[in-house]
Amino acid sequence: MADIGVRGFGSTLTEAFEQAALGMMAVITDPACIRAEQAVSIQCEEPDRELLLVDWLNALVYEMTTRNMLFGRFEVDIENSCLQATAWGEPIDIGRHRPAVEVKGATYTALEVTQLPDGGWRVQCVVDV
Amino acid sequence: MDISKLTPVSDYEWRIEPHGGMRVPGVIYASEALIRDMDDKVYEQVCNVAMLPGIVEASYAMPDAHWGYGFPIGGVAAFDPEQGGVVSAGGVGFDISCGVRTLHTGLTPQEVRQAKEHLANALFQHIPAGVGSTGHIRLDAVAMDDMLRGGARWAVEQGYGVAEDLERIEEHGCMADAMPDQVSEHAKRRQRDEMGTLGSGNHYLEVQRVTQIYDERIAAAFGIHLDDIKVSIHCGSRGLGHQIGTEFLKRMVVEAPSHGLTLPDRELACAPIRSPLGEAYLGAMRAAINCALANRQIITHLTRQVFADLFPHARLELLYDVSHNTCKVEEHPLAGRQRNLYIHRKGATRAFGPGHPALPETLREVGQPVLIGGTMGTASYILAGTEEGRAHAWSSACHGAGRRMSRRQATRTWRGRSVENELATRGILIRSPSRRGVAEEAPGAYKDVSEVVESSDHAGLARRVARLEPLVCVKG
Repeated sequence: MADIGVRGFGSTLTEAFEQAALGMMAVITDPACIRAEQAVSIQCEEPDRELLLVDWLNALVYEMTTRNMLFGRFEVDIENSCLQATAWGEPIDIGRHRPAVEVKGATYTALEVTQLPDGGWRVQCVVDV
Repeated sequence: MDISKLTPVSDYEWRIEPHGGMRVPGVIYASEALIRDMDDKVYEQVCNVAMLPGIVEASYAMPDAHWGYGFPIGGVAAFDPEQGGVVSAGGVGFDISCGVRTLHTGLTPQEVRQAKEHLANALFQHIPAGVGSTGHIRLDAVAMDDMLRGGARWAVEQGYGVAEDLERIEEHGCMADAMPDQVSEHAKRRQRDEMGTLGSGNHYLEVQRVTQIYDERIAAAFGIHLDDIKVSIHCGSRGLGHQIGTEFLKRMVVEAPSHGLTLPDRELACAPIRSPLGEAYLGAMRAAINCALANRQIITHLTRQVFADLFPHARLELLYDVSHNTCKVEEHPLAGRQRNLYIHRKGATRAFGPGHPALPETLREVGQPVLIGGTMGTASYILAGTEEGRAHAWSSACHGAGRRMSRRQATRTWRGRSVENELATRGILIRSPSRRGVAEEAPGAYKDVSEVVESSDHAGLARRVARLEPLVCVKG
C-alpha cells in the first residue's frame, strides 16, 4: 500500500486530534526537528467527527504543500462541529528535515474516532503517500 | 487469500460467484501462488465493487492486486450510464493518471557506464524531486486552465517536447472533455509550484538497460533491442490530482444517500455518471489526466536537456506513455449494440490489442506498449496488449509489483544506506534526498514483478516483450 496509518490518543478529543496531526508529520520527518517559528490558522466545519478528522488532516496537507512548510506543534479547539486550530512550523529545509515521503491526502481507510472506556479518545485514519 | 472461496476457470483466471449484494461475479487474474499471497481485503473489495449500480460483466482484479481505497489497487470495473452506472473517485485514486513513460536513447551500455556518476548527478540536479522541491515553471490562472485543457499537447505548444511525442501518449496527449472550472482553486494553488516535478514515494526516473527480449517481432516494432538504453519516468498529477481526489471523495460520501446509494464501504464513494456530481468529477478528473500528461512531458523535456549536455548524439524518442489511475469512456459491444462504458482502472494499465483504432499507425499492428515499473533493484517490463485482452477486463493489465510489506516494516528491516550500497555493488546508482525514503522503497518491500508479469502474459492480458534493468534511479 502506498500509504501509512496515523493514530492519535488523548485524554480529550482535541488532544487526540493534535496527536494525529503529529503522527502525520512523523510520516514525513521527525517532528522534534521542526521549529515552531510561524503560526498558521486553520478552520474546518463538519458535523461528522470522523469526516472532521480527515478534513483537519487534509487542511494541514494543503497548508504544508502551498506554504512549503512543515508543522511540529498543534493546538486544536473543537466546539460542536467547528474545529479551530493553530499549527506552528517552519519552511521546509531539505538538508535538516530530510523529508522521506510526501503526504497526498488523508483517506477514509481505517477511519475511526472512538471514545475509550477510560474516557480518553483514539482517532485514526490512513494517509496516502 | 483463501483459495477455496474461488472457482478456478483456468490456471490464471479465478471467479468469485455472485453472492450477497453482488450484481456480477468477481474475476481475479493471477497464478495460484499469487492468489494465495494476496491479502484478504482484495477479496472483500472485489466483492464490494461488484455491488455498485450499473456495473457490467464483472468486477476484475489484476495479478498485482492489493488493498486499496474501496477499489482494490489493480481493480478494473466498467459501468453503463444507461443502467444507472456510477463513477467513483476511490475507483480512480488519489494520484489521478499516475503513469509511466519510456523513452529510447540510442546509447550503448558502455557509453552510459563511462558517464554514469555524472548522469546520475545531473538528472538529480536538474529534475525537481521530493518534498519541498519546486518546479521550474509557474503557471498563472489562464495558463493553468490551458494546461488542464491541453495536457501534453499544451506542453508541446509551450516548447516542452515535439509534436511527434503526442501520438505516443494515450488520448494523443490530450484528454478530451476536461473541465478546468470543476477543478477547485485549492487544487490549482497546490499545483502552482509543482509543474515538472517528480514527486516522491514510489515515483522515479530510471535509466535502464534492456536485458531480455521475449518477442522479437513486437520488440522490433516497438524499437527495442537487447542492450538498448532506455529512460522511464513514473509519476502522476501531483498536488492537483491529490486535491481533486480528496475533495470529490468527500463530496461523493456526503451526497451518496441523496442518490439512493448505500455504500458497502465509505471508500467506495461514487456518484451516478448521469448526475451533476458525477459529471463534475469526470470533468475534474480529465483535467487531472491532462495535468499528469503535461507533467511527464515537461520532465521529458528536462531529461532531454540533461542527455543533450552529456551525450550530444542521444535521441530520446518517446516509445509510449501509459496511465494507470483513470476512468475512461471506451466503446464496447453489449447485447448487440456498441455502447460507451465508463471503465475504471485503478492501479491497472490500459492494454489495447493489435488493430485498435486508438493506437498510432506505427504501433497498430502489434498492439499497445504496456509499461510495467518494477522496483529500484529488480526489473521493469514492457508488454504489449493482446487481441484476447478485449474479452478479459476490458483490455487491461497490471501496473507494477505492489508492496508486500508496509513502509514502517521496510524501515525496520532495511537502512537506506545499505540498500544504496548493495545496489551500487550491482552497478545501480540511486539518487534520493532521503535515506528513509530509499529504505521504504527497498526492492524486498515489493512483490516479485516477474511473477506478476508472467501471470499477465499467461492470462492473456498482455504479452511479455522485454525486460529492463536499472542503471540509475532518481527518486524523490
